[in-house]
Parts: sequence; structure tokens; C-alpha cells
Amino acid sequence: MDKSYYNPRDLKKFGSITEWSEELGNKFFEYYGKVFEEGALTPREKSLIALAVAHTEQCPYCIDAYSQDGLQRGITKEEMMEAIHVGAAIKSGATLVHGVQMMNKVNKLEM
Amino acid sequence: MAVKSLKKRESELASTQRQLEILSNGIFQSGELPTFANKIKETNQFPLKPKKIEILQINVGYMCNQVCSHCHVDAGPDRKEIMTRETMQQCLDVIEKTGAHTLDLTGGAPEMNPNFRWFVEEASKIGVKDFIVRSNLTIIRANKKYYDLPEFFKKHNVHVVSSMPHWTRGKTDKQRGDGVFDKSIKALQELNAVGYGMPDSDLRLDLVYNPSGAFLPGDQTAMEKDFKKALLEDFGIQFHNLFAITNLPISRFLDYLIASENYEDYMYSLVEAFNPSAVANVMCTNTISVSWDGWLYDCDFNQMLDLKVASNVKHISEYNEEILQNRNVIISQHCYGCTAGAGSSCQGTVA
Repeated sequence: MDKSYYNPRDLKKFGSITEWSEELGNKFFEYYGKVFEEGALTPREKSLIALAVAHTEQCPYCIDAYSQDGLQRGITKEEMMEAIHVGAAIKSGATLVHGVQMMNKVNKLEM
Repeated sequence: MAVKSLKKRESELASTQRQLEILSNGIFQSGELPTFANKIKETNQFPLKPKKIEILQINVGYMCNQVCSHCHVDAGPDRKEIMTRETMQQCLDVIEKTGAHTLDLTGGAPEMNPNFRWFVEEASKIGVKDFIVRSNLTIIRANKKYYDLPEFFKKHNVHVVSSMPHWTRGKTDKQRGDGVFDKSIKALQELNAVGYGMPDSDLRLDLVYNPSGAFLPGDQTAMEKDFKKALLEDFGIQFHNLFAITNLPISRFLDYLIASENYEDYMYSLVEAFNPSAVANVMCTNTISVSWDGWLYDCDFNQMLDLKVASNVKHISEYNEEILQNRNVIISQHCYGCTAGAGSSCQGTVA
């Protein structure tokens, strides 16, 4: 076993998850591939969404993958950082909007 | 800090022998990754054989006004290797009798060869179907004596192919040097002004994109769309096609890969993206590359690794298409660069 939880080389072995559950694994990769095809959104737009979500999920494999994917698509550093800020804004917004729940509860309980 | 050629720096990578050792050692020697020969054996494509010669690519010299960080030629102002008029005449004799439909002049900056204009005039008299000059764009703005190049190209119906790594200043200047973006934009506008690159124009203007780092090029069609949109909106520039070219791990790009500790990961990316259908159309199957001193190579990359054709005919002075077509292409691990993904050649993707 590795001494750390994450190993960059493991990203390349992602496909091996099908070995222990072939049908579900294959269905997942088929779905995954389909999601990133050109649709109402361009692959470029999808790449930026994936990058932002990679950060909110704090998945180091996804961050590696979609930083590289962005470069390959000619996405600039400024665009990547802005996408991450969108993710961060939603994350912090999601935290803060719960403040209303806290306020509701406090208002209900307080005399 | 300005980049200098490996030769000027006296880097060990200025030795082609050293580059070939690096490409054969390490992960390829240990068997961690298959050698290119073993990989194409899996798909019964070994030995790699050429088809009909369609493109004669002539490198008229390694001198260049730019020193790009990824340059596979190790070109720069300090490189003095320049094709003589005598060798050019030998090339013209070959152009007259060749069955190739495309003549492709490259460098360095080909325009810096003092006999460049004479050579273009003579070659265009012979009448080649597609006459390409690979211009780095900034040369057009480098000195007054080059200002009329767009008109000169037009006069001889030259097909201009120019490098442009990105539609933004930052990425372009990082790869090609400070100020390159602005000069390139000005040069493109001047080419447009004489008719190059306009939608219905026969004056062909294509751009070459290669990644500014240790990653592979994205989809050529999508990149072309992005380039066209950005260059038109921001600068009113038009061009015909974009060729997405993969950086091959040789010369200054190999130096960069090693120094930035990206070499192994980059080779992994190339091997993982190996595409057998790209092997079938890789450019060494339809191109002969001629060096400034007249030697013949399977491609410009083999030229830079000093791997002359494996044929009895090795020099332009003894050029014989029939004999050349019977050779095996010389390969090493750098060849993975031309077979990754949609493939890569001086004419863009191949698969």
C-alpha cells in the first residue's frame, strides 16, 4: 500500500474500476464520455464547469485532469481562475444562505 | 530572461546523440513504456514504409530572428547554417523533375537566407501546385527590408503558413518571446491587406498552433473556431485553416520537458494517446526533408536529430524518388509525437 492517500499515477488507472464491476463501470464511462460531447454546451464550456466542480469537490485527480484539459483547449489562466471563483462563490453562498435557517431558528426560539 | 539556443548555451542537448540516448533510456529501456518500434509492431505497421513522395520540404537554414522556447530546430540569430545558392540550384533541379505536388520552405526564418527571394522566384517559375513558405510573421516587421514580403509572397502565389500559439498576448509571448504577439498581429493584418487569408481569396494563409507547454493540442476544428472568433473580434484578422501540431520531445522542447520535470508524464501522455490510424498517414510517409546542406531526411525532426534517410540516396545531388521510396523510415521514441490523438504533421492532424 502507498503511504499517502493520493498518487498522481492512480489517475491513469481510473479505467481499472471496471475490473471489479464491469457492467456498471462501462456504463459509467459511457455516460461520462457522452456528457462531455458537444451538445447545447460546447466541450470548452463543459471543461470549465468540470474544473470548477473539481475544486468544490476538492478532487486532486479531477483538478489535474481538467487543468490539463483546459490548457489543451486553449482556455486561459484567467478563465480557469474565474471558473474556480464561481465554484467558490456557490460554496460560500451555500454556507451563508443557511444563515437564514439559523436566523429563522433563533427568531423562533428567542422571546 | 531571453532564451538562447542550446548550441549557444553549450548544453549537452545540443548533441543529437545525447538526445537520442535520452529518448532510448529510462522508461523506455526499463520497459515501463513500449518503444515506438514495439508499439507499431503490435499493429503490424513495422517497419514504417513511405508511400508516394508528395511533399518536398526544404530547410533553407537555421538562422532565425526569434528564439522560441519550444523550437525543435534550436534556431536563433546565432545559428549560421544557411543553404548556399549552389545547394538551392540542386533543389531546383529536383523540383523540376519531382512528382511531389507541394514544395514547403522552412527554417529558421527562411526569409533570412540571402538567396531566399531568388530561390522563390526560380521555384515559382517551375510551377509547383502548392508552394508553401513557413513564415514566423515577426520577420515581416523585423526590418525595413522585409516590409514588402506580403507583396512578394502574393506576386509568386506563395501559400503562407505561420505560427501563432494563442490568440492572447500572454501565452504567445511566453512561448515565442516578448513583443512577438503584437508584431505577429501587425504582420497578419498586413497579409490580410494584400488579400491573404480572406474567405474567398486564393492567397492561402494558414496558422500553426502548437501548445505552449507540456500538454497535447486540443481538437483542431474546435481550436480553429476559437482562433477565428478571437482574431476577428479583437483584431479584424482572417485566415483559412489552423494546423494543430504536437510538440515533439527533441531539442529545446526536450530540454524544457526535462528541466520542468515533465518529461516522463509527457511521454506517458503521448504513448497513451497512440493512434494506429495516425501511423498510416504520418508525414514521413509522403515527405522528404532536405537540410540546408542538402542531406535528405524522413522529416524535419529526424533532420534535427541528424538521422539521415536509410537509403543509398542520401543527398539532394543524387536524388532519386524511386530509390528513396523503397527505404524504411528511421524511428525513435520522438515519433510518438506524430501519432498521438488525431496525429500531427506540418499539415496539421492526419487521422
